[in-house]
Amino acid sequence: MAQKPIELILARQLSSHLAMPIFIVDPDGTLLYYNEPAELILGIRFEENGEMPADEWSTIFTPTNQDGSDLPPEELPLMIALTKRCPSHKSFQIRSFDGLVRNIQVTAFPITGQGNRFLGAMAIFWENNQ
Amino acid sequence: MTTITIWGCRGSLATPGAEFDKYGGNTSCVQITGNDGTILILDAGTGLSDLGKTVKEPSKKYNLLLTHLHMDHIQGMGFFPPFFNPEAEVNIWGPSSTTMNLRTRLTRYMSPPLFPVTLRDLPCKLTLNEVHHDSFKIGPFKISSDLIGHVGPTVGYRIECADGVITYIPDHEPALGVVNFPLERQWTSGSALAANADILIHDAQYSDKEYNKCQGWGHSAFNDTLKFAAQARVKHLIPFHHDPSHTDDNLDQLISETVGSQKLEFKVTAARERAVFKLPVLNTQDPVKKPNQE
Repeated sequence: MAQKPIELILARQLSSHLAMPIFIVDPDGTLLYYNEPAELILGIRFEENGEMPADEWSTIFTPTNQDGSDLPPEELPLMIALTKRCPSHKSFQIRSFDGLVRNIQVTAFPITGQGNRFLGAMAIFWENNQ
Repeated sequence: MTTITIWGCRGSLATPGAEFDKYGGNTSCVQITGNDGTILILDAGTGLSDLGKTVKEPSKKYNLLLTHLHMDHIQGMGFFPPFFNPEAEVNIWGPSSTTMNLRTRLTRYMSPPLFPVTLRDLPCKLTLNEVHHDSFKIGPFKISSDLIGHVGPTVGYRIECADGVITYIPDHEPALGVVNFPLERQWTSGSALAANADILIHDAQYSDKEYNKCQGWGHSAFNDTLKFAAQARVKHLIPFHHDPSHTDDNLDQLISETVGSQKLEFKVTAARERAVFKLPVLNTQDPVKKPNQE
């Protein structure tokens, strides 16, 4: 498998040292990495899961609006950061792998590297009851 | 045949003195000469001054590949004769930053008060090329550059030719922030540049004990460099960028303690000023004579 750009390698290394849950995706939306605090929210370890395509992760956690209505994948902050290449923030619900429904807030932003290369996006999320 | 000549392998600060005579005190500069005479110069540390003394064809074309613009990698620029020859053609490759192009960044050094001659006043035919994640050809060489983990915008170079593959990553801290270094190749900085290289010239500035106090400064512990080389499956590792506080005796001891205790599947030869390596013959090291030895 090809080596990741240094910006993503450093982003992963930074994420692995932070106590905030973090998601990193590539320009295609493939989930490249999430850290240990994110594992607690998602209910599954990254090592068990590995990389995951966008159409899978954007639906697998069954995201819904706060009122319970469906939240289309394209309205997720991480997808907005990817497609519109701008920061995005939203509160919504997910059903994690352990079956629990969790209220979370997500802030996502695009990752632009040296030479203005678009390298993907990063999302930081919080559980609302924390 | 392709030859690789080390003109400077000291890290951070030039270190003259008898106690540094074996490995040398000049900072980063490596010359690669292709089988057609094409010359690549990797970094312009103080070693470039000695390389400049060997220039016999001032009107020739010179290709200078800078990994980054820390002082120990550019301080020899003002002492390389072709820069001052209107007939010479000098092409420089190096990284821009996110806000400044390569010319602006180089001019910060090549201008008063740091240096009396400005970049724009150099009489040679000068061309600047910005590199990040790029691929280009110079003579018989196919060169790939990629950003690597160091402090500030820094690239490493993978140089391929018919005689083999040389990878040059003189300043590199791939172990930064990694609990059990190395992670898989895809998550290891510089791994694509170094993969299966015949010769890897790589940062090995610190002992493990020193590295614990210098994490985040952009350099590697010798042991981490061995792990990096093993993961990349290189054939010959040349530890480089020796710490300016390490005397010849200190370096011999560091090499003995780290390399001597391990079973490695590749050859290790610590970089030494004026050492010459050859491709495809890998086990030759013929030091270039110093002027006072001639």
